[in-house]
Parts: sequence; structure tokens; C-alpha cells
Amino acid sequence: MKKYIIQSLRLTGVLMVLLCIIYPVTVAFIGKFSPGEGSGEKVTKNGKVVGYALIGQSFTKPEYFWGRPSAVAYNAAGSGGSNKGATNADYLKQVSERIDTLLKYHPYLKKADIPADMVTASGSGLDPDISETAAIMQIKRVAAYRKLSDRVVAELVVKNTEGPLFGLFGPSKVNVLKLNVALDELKK
Amino acid sequence: MNTELLGIIATYALTLLIGIPLGIYLAKMFAGEKVWTDFLKPLEKGIYKLSGINPEESMNWKQHMKALLMINMVWLVYGFFALIYQDKLPLNPDGNLGQSPDLAFNSIISFVVNCNLQHYSGETGATYFTQHFVFMFLQFVSAATGIAAAVVLFKAFRDKTTTNLGNFWVFFTRSITRLLLPLSIVVATILAFNGTTTSYEGKDQFVSLQGDTVNVSRGPAAGFVAIKHLGTNGGGWFGVNGAHPLENPNYLTNMVEVISQVIIPIAMVFAFGYFIRRRKMAWVIFGIMTLGMMLLLVPTVISETGGSPNIAKMGVSQLTGAMEGKEVRFGPTATAYWSTVTTIISTGSINSMHDSAMPLTGMYQLIAMMMNCFYGGCGVGILNYFIFIIIAVFISGLMVGRTPEFLGHKVEAREVKIASIIALLHPFIILVGTALAAYTVTNFPDADWVVKPANWLNNPGFHGFSEMLYETTSAAANNGSGFEGLGDNNIFWNVMTGFVLLLGRFLPIIGPVAIAGLLASKKYIPESAGTLKTDTLTFGVMTFVVIVIIAALAFFPALTLGPLAEHFSMIK
Repeated sequence: MKKYIIQSLRLTGVLMVLLCIIYPVTVAFIGKFSPGEGSGEKVTKNGKVVGYALIGQSFTKPEYFWGRPSAVAYNAAGSGGSNKGATNADYLKQVSERIDTLLKYHPYLKKADIPADMVTASGSGLDPDISETAAIMQIKRVAAYRKLSDRVVAELVVKNTEGPLFGLFGPSKVNVLKLNVALDELKK
Repeated sequence: MNTELLGIIATYALTLLIGIPLGIYLAKMFAGEKVWTDFLKPLEKGIYKLSGINPEESMNWKQHMKALLMINMVWLVYGFFALIYQDKLPLNPDGNLGQSPDLAFNSIISFVVNCNLQHYSGETGATYFTQHFVFMFLQFVSAATGIAAAVVLFKAFRDKTTTNLGNFWVFFTRSITRLLLPLSIVVATILAFNGTTTSYEGKDQFVSLQGDTVNVSRGPAAGFVAIKHLGTNGGGWFGVNGAHPLENPNYLTNMVEVISQVIIPIAMVFAFGYFIRRRKMAWVIFGIMTLGMMLLLVPTVISETGGSPNIAKMGVSQLTGAMEGKEVRFGPTATAYWSTVTTIISTGSINSMHDSAMPLTGMYQLIAMMMNCFYGGCGVGILNYFIFIIIAVFISGLMVGRTPEFLGHKVEAREVKIASIIALLHPFIILVGTALAAYTVTNFPDADWVVKPANWLNNPGFHGFSEMLYETTSAAANNGSGFEGLGDNNIFWNVMTGFVLLLGRFLPIIGPVAIAGLLASKKYIPESAGTLKTDTLTFGVMTFVVIVIIAALAFFPALTLGPLAEHFSMIK
């Protein structure tokens, strides 16, 4: 018995050096060569950092494309989903209010034009993307507030739409932050 | 065909393409045959030498279990104190506090037992020190513990009659040096190049495009995320686990992460068959496990891609399916696939909020954890399945009127008793734990705990019951996912699930290893015309029936009160 205790203690110590120091430091070193150098890929506008490509941020102004509802108000230091069940009455009321808000800002829309991702909270609360449909339905509003033609904005949406992986696997998506930065840069 | 469906088909195909050859490699490697990773021998020799281990020393099954329990106890004690005092230890750039004793009790048990229930949130409840030296460390060694225990069982059936079952430390060390560590480096590299953070910098602050000031949690997550999946641990670096864009940046990483969860459990099945030189048996077991997975996967995909009926009533378009709690970059189909995989495999990492899934999806997730043997966790999956094999051998023996035998060894009262106890233990701890929780909610809603029982549930009605059932099931299955709406960081849940976790881990490891050890020491009876063949499809189906019947009898009432009731109230 005593032998096993001593072996356990020593093995634990040795493996800690291997797994908790050597391994993560190796990974950190490899990460230095990745696009964001291991600290997260940043998005800049006019040379100024305005966020992380992968971290969604809150957009409420009408001249921007909006992202998905977030249960944590896009707090990137405390991710979270709503954890509301599909039959929760309070939750369903909330969804229906979101639909009304969207209709108010997009009077040209019918309910069936609104995709579910625009009225449901994401899992992380930090979803950087919206679906293609969700971007398309906002084009008219954004164009009107920016005094741009629908066509120019629509082109930007197409340019910022990322198709399925290798054109084959998974959904297509639009990164809201990158799209909005592109919009801002268009203006000048 | 739509790209989302194509995505999960490709994912599963790749899983098999990696998992099956990996199993053959593992069989050779654990048998000590020549493999290409033999260049790591000097590293292993060094580890043995520094730890005072003689790799040639052979152990019987009891010595194996003593070594296993001893080292696990060392981790429990060490980790408990490290978590309580983490604020006083180095590597805490975000200035997080120490864990309360009941939270530390729960956290440490849940990581030692390969569950990763996580009643804390990674951003605020742990420091870079504890993330590495407690949590990530345990993600490696708990997975290796499970694999080593399974190899002991393999060893018992390789030779005809034996008590020499190899050396526990060798199986354990090799699981790390020859399997978990190299694969982790590969996976971590892929993640890093797709955007998962690797550097040790603390929180960052920026001003968003709209002018809001935002703090971003970061940290060396890539290495952690790699082993959390490969080791079927599931505990996330960030609070929302695989749904967090820095843990799981895009569809490719999602594929990589969901593949890494399954390859070792599948490999272990083939390792078993090749190790004991009965390949057909591996294919039969694999076939039955795959059948179980598909029977859960297909309805889950249908239920999620169908969208939420209540939201459909509001008139919005659910083009690809239900989106609450899901991320756009994965879409509902890949999310459904992940939710099935993570619950059959006991990983418990999530890429969506299970609490917000459709009621029936929740039920499939629960069933997956209740059966807990379709592929199953690292090493323990095959151990769980073995229990059902023994029961199936016994029942078939009774049906045809022969003495039950398994691989040339008589299965007698003692072995069947152990198998029955282990098979019944799982429903027992789940149902008792859930009942205790439900009783507390209804009778002591105002108990003076950090979270009052009245505030535990995030959703009213049937779904609230499902939240409690899910948490207890997840603990018993050592899964670690949750219906995260549940207010679980308080003394009741921390302590109750702590005990459920311990029972759900060590007895289901000791039981099968004991049975294997006992069988291996018995006289070998050569196969004859009268032998019940255990590597046939008929026997496979028999095992499947045993699994389904035990689960159905034990869990149907509880499922009726939760997800089924919710589903029918929703569609009425």
C-alpha cells in the first residue's frame, strides 16, 4: 500500500511537469505562428482595434447591421445562453416582443421574412455571425439610414457572406462586425 | 443534399476513418508489440525511473485497483486544497477568488472522475494555475485511468488462465505518452490556427464599433480544449464550453472537436477485439453501439431541424431549424449531432445550450446518458458495455439451459451478482438523487442556501423537473453537460452530485475489472458445439435488448414526468 502511495505522488509530480508545463508551453509557442498570434484575431478600423473577429458585439444603432439577441448583452468576460426551455411562457413572450421590434424597424418585412436566429438568443451570447437571410432582411433599413442604394449594401453583404466549409459542409454565415466595419469604411 | 446534413455525414465518416486504425494501433501498443511510436520509450523509461516504478512488475486485478484508487485519492486531496486556495497561488491575472469548500468538493471530484460538471464558470471560477495544474492535468490523467482500467480487462481475456494482468502504471503512462498527449498536440495546433487562443495574457479591453467598452476573457484555451475532447472530459475553458467562439471558432473546428470525442471510445472497441484476437467480436460490439447511436441521432436531428412548434406559431421562418441556444456557424444539424455524441460518449462538452433544445431532444440526451455505453467514455464505455454482456450471457444461458460462459470461462453467481449490482446502481443513484432534489424543491423552497431551492429552476413546470433529472443523470453517467439554467452552485447540488459522481465512477470501474479478473483466474474451457458464441449478431442483439429493457424499466416513469409531458403539452 505504502509503495503505491509513494509511486502515486512521484508519478503525479512528473506528469505535472510534462502535462501542465511542457505541453501548454509548446502549444503557446505553436500558437505564436497563428493569425492572431495566439491572443485572438483582432479587427481594426482605420488602424484602431474595434473588436475581435470571433467575438460578437452589441449593435443597436439603426445604421448598423444587428447581430443576434444575447442573454448576456454581449459580455465577453462572462459568456452565457438564456437556457430557456421551448415551452417557457415568459421566454415565448420575449421572442414575440423581439419580432415586434424587428417589424417596427423594418416595416417592409413580413413575419415570414424574419429568420429564427434574429429572434432567439445564441448559445454563447457572443455569436459573431448571423445567417444570410438575417443579413438580407436588414439591407433596406441600413441603406436607408446610410443614404446608400440597396444595391451597394447588398453587394457588401454578398462579399461578407462566408459559404459552407469547402463549399460542401455546414451553413453559410455573415460576420456582423466585419460587415459593419466594411460599411463604415465604404462611407469615407 | 443540404450542406448541413452533408457536414455530419462527413464528420462521422472521418471519425471511423481515424477511430478504427487507431484501435488496431492501441491493441498492438498495449500488447507491447512493435509500433511506430516506440521512439517515445526513453521518455517513458524516464517517467518510470523518476516515479520509482518497475514496469516489469505484474499485478493481479486487486493490485491494479489499489494502484488506481490510490493515485485518484492523491489527486482528490491535492486538487481540493488547490481550488480553495487558488487566489493565493500564482498565475491569476484576472484576480479570481478561491472556490468555496462545497464548490471545490464538487469541482475536484467531477474532474477526477472524468465528468467535468463545472458548477463554476471558467472565466471567473478558476485561475490559469488551477485551469492547468488541476483541471487540465486531471483531464489527461482521468482519461488515462479509464483507458488503463479497460486494458486490464483486455489483458484478462487475452490468455487462457492467468492472474498476471500487466502493470497498471505502464498502461496508465502509455495512455498518456502514446495516445492522449500526441493527439492533443495535433488537435490543439488545428484549433490555434483557426482562432482559439493560446497565450497566457489575461483579459483584454477594447472599445467596440458602436462605442461600448468591452472586456474579453482569453487565455491558453487551445491545449485545454484538445484534451477535454480527446479524453471525453468535456469541461470548458470558458463558461459556455464549445459554444464559445474562442473555444470553437468555426465549422472546421467543430468537426475536429466532435471527431476527437469519439475516436478513442471507438478505438477502444477495436483495441479490445484485436487485443484478445477476436476481431469479429469487436465488429459486433461496434455494430450494436452504432445502432444505439443512430437510434438516438436520427430523431434528434429531426427534432431540432424541425424547429420549435411554439416559434413556428409566431410566423417567423425557421429555415434550418430551432435556433435558441445555438450558434449560427454550426447550424442546428451539426448541433444536434454534437448533442447526441456528447451524451452517448460521456464527454459532456456542449456547443449549444441543451436546456433550450426541444423537449424530445432533451429526452434523447437523457436516454443516451442513462444507457451510457454506446461507445461511452474513454475506457469506461467498453467497461459499461461489458457489464451488459455478462448479464446477456447469463440470461441467454438460462434461456437455452446451459452454464453461461464467456470466452471460455464459466460465469457464475459471483460475477453475475457484481454485474447486476453495477447495472442497477446507475438507475438507483439517478432516481434517488432526482427524487431528493424534487422533494427539496417542493418542501423546502426557502432553505437558506446560496441559491434558494425556490430559485433553482430556470423554467417552470415539466421542464423544471427535466433540469433536475438531467443534472443528476449527467453526474451519474460522469457526463458533465447540464441543463445549465439550473442554479447548481449551492451546497445541496455540490454535495449531492459529488457523491453521485464518486459512486458513478469507481464502482463501474471496479466491477467489470473484478469480473474480468475473477473469470481470468478460472479454468479455461475449450469451445465446443455447446458453447454459447458471444461474437455473433444474435448475441449482439441480445445485449442490445438487455440494455434497452433495463433502461426502459428504470427510467420510463421519470422521462414521462419530464420531457415527454413537456412535449405533449407543447404540441397539443
